Amino acid sequence: MDYINLFVRSIFIENMIFAYFLGMCSYLAVSKTVKTGVGLGLAVVFVLSITVPINFLLDQYLLRPGALSWLGAEYATIDLSFLSFIMFIAVIAAMVQLVEMVVEKFAPALYGALGIFLPLIAVNCAILGGSLFMQQKDFGGIGEAATYGFGSGIGWFLAILGIAAIREKIAYSNVPAPLKGLGITFIITGLMALGFMSFMGIKL
Amino acid sequence: MAQEIKNKPEQNAEVNQEEKKSEMILFLSDSEEKEHFLSKANRKLLTDPLDDDNPITVQVLGICSALAITVQLEPAIVMAIAVMAVMAFSNMIISAMRNMIPNRIRIIVQLVVVASLVALVDQVLRAYAYDVSKQLSVFIGLIITNCIVMGRLEAFALGNGIYKSFLDGIGNAAGYGLILIIVAFFRELLGAGKLFGYEVLGHKGVTLAESTGLYALGYENNGLMLLSPMALIVVGIIIWVQRARNRKLIES
Amino acid sequence: MEEKTVNKTNSNSYTFIFAIVMVIVVGVVLAFAATSLQPRQYENMRQEKMQNILATVGVETDRAGAEALFNENIKEQIVLDNTGKVKEGVNAFDVDLAKELKRSPEEQNFPLYIAEVEGDTYYIVPLRGAGLWNAIFGYIALKDDVNTVKGVVFDHLGETPGLGAEITQEWFRERFTDEKIFNDNGELIGVSVVKGGSTSKDDNKVDAISGATITGDGVSDMISERLRHYLPYFKSKTDIKVANN
Repeated sequence: MDYINLFVRSIFIENMIFAYFLGMCSYLAVSKTVKTGVGLGLAVVFVLSITVPINFLLDQYLLRPGALSWLGAEYATIDLSFLSFIMFIAVIAAMVQLVEMVVEKFAPALYGALGIFLPLIAVNCAILGGSLFMQQKDFGGIGEAATYGFGSGIGWFLAILGIAAIREKIAYSNVPAPLKGLGITFIITGLMALGFMSFMGIKL
Repeated sequence: MAQEIKNKPEQNAEVNQEEKKSEMILFLSDSEEKEHFLSKANRKLLTDPLDDDNPITVQVLGICSALAITVQLEPAIVMAIAVMAVMAFSNMIISAMRNMIPNRIRIIVQLVVVASLVALVDQVLRAYAYDVSKQLSVFIGLIITNCIVMGRLEAFALGNGIYKSFLDGIGNAAGYGLILIIVAFFRELLGAGKLFGYEVLGHKGVTLAESTGLYALGYENNGLMLLSPMALIVVGIIIWVQRARNRKLIES
Repeated sequence: MEEKTVNKTNSNSYTFIFAIVMVIVVGVVLAFAATSLQPRQYENMRQEKMQNILATVGVETDRAGAEALFNENIKEQIVLDNTGKVKEGVNAFDVDLAKELKRSPEEQNFPLYIAEVEGDTYYIVPLRGAGLWNAIFGYIALKDDVNTVKGVVFDHLGETPGLGAEITQEWFRERFTDEKIFNDNGELIGVSVVKGGSTSKDDNKVDAISGATITGDGVSDMISERLRHYLPYFKSKTDIKVANN
């Protein structure tokens, strides 16, 4: 039950885009068509659900104060948490490289469509944000961390899917000229975020 | 939107050309030394990002970590300063190393430089400005993935001299900070009736009679402004105002 | 890119050497910064904790002055188990509630600080619970009848600024002063944060922050949940008729 609660929470209530604005750059840049949006969304789901558990293990057994106590009592006082930014980002960069190679090999069309935004997943705030929130939330086990990572990814995926679909339609609407493109996208995202706020307070 | 995406390769091409030029001259003499410290070109590096080439409203970079801390002015300003420090130094370091960085691990090298700078800023804040670091919490770490830092490294620092890169970092961070501060100003003023935590619109008492200032006239705070969706909508409106005044930015 | 540079920087060995040198340099710089700044950071956290504990009993101080005042005003620091017995060999100040809360109540350590300020005795109980987004925590000080609240301090990890985060503000904390944690039947119910709660000090209720319902509920839950475990100890201290619950 806890897992389901956490999963729903990370998708709807603590949505990376609508509650924390994480990953906005690629969200705005790649959401012009549903096809590219879905491609990037899937990549984010994949990278988030791998990196959060890996970084959880790193944090638990290497970085946090006292994490090294499994090596012996004399190591228990070591605090390597100052390395967490570097370690997290290294894991993320490596994973992104992996995804990039896989996509290039098996889906060259998608690779072309995603273009420079694929390497930019490494600097997608949602990915690093997932790991940093995981560290702050102090999860009890790797299962919770994995659920959180996967859920946050799904939340991000839903957000980009939604905005891409709306933007495809809005291309035919008569938007005031200065609001065209970026401006209206911001405002629509804001309205979508208002909608997502209705999930707040749901507890399973 | 199309504009932004297309912009990137163009920018890179431009940069590559510039790079070629500057590297050729580099062997003769340092091209930057000849230029006046605040020549017109250098001034442009500082002022362009404030309006025409604003990182948030035009380049669409660095929105991620920014908006979550714009509920109040104070953290927004601290964030802007932290980003400025990180950007100026990472731009300088990458620019200094630009001829040494192996092309294949370029992104990772940039990430490592930025991440260590952010880790340093974080450590220093925690030791000497503990309250501020508590306020920013995870968002200080998110400067690493602030697209604006990486974006400028890729687009500018890799192809330009140290001093120019420094100016570019300062200018872009200022443009970013400007939007942050405008958003935070409206959200704190309309949402809480305060600026920097001071009640500028008067005091709201329990009853109308106890209130002073605007509240005595029946004014109410708009709590919606404090919620996250309004940050996006405020930015949307800023973009609207900016493009209505500066019509060359309008997207087709 | 110039051809010479391209050749040089694309070779495998150069890439490897560059990566290794970079890792070493970055590692050394960060390790040096961290080890030289760490004592100061721990000191900050310690002093802030002392400052918060002192604030519940009305001793306001800055961080630098916290340590001296803490030693002066906090007479005893004890750790209880959930039957109200004092545990030996555990330092109350070092107990991390975040870790304790993951264990069952039988295994938890319950730290309690006993302060004496200007001749009055106060019991200070550390609190921790869940807000809307993340953990909220704080301290509650009770007067020597173990019923009346002297003061509270709250803090949070990530509540909404301007809404839930306002629990740290003085105007909200003041509402708790002189509230009772036992109701008229002698049941321990804590202090509830409710919308439209009156300023009356006898109803175990305080007025909530509008727009921060869930954070407010978190505060109510955290107070009643934590205090409940101290009930066996309080019973031996209070002369109020405590109901057996």
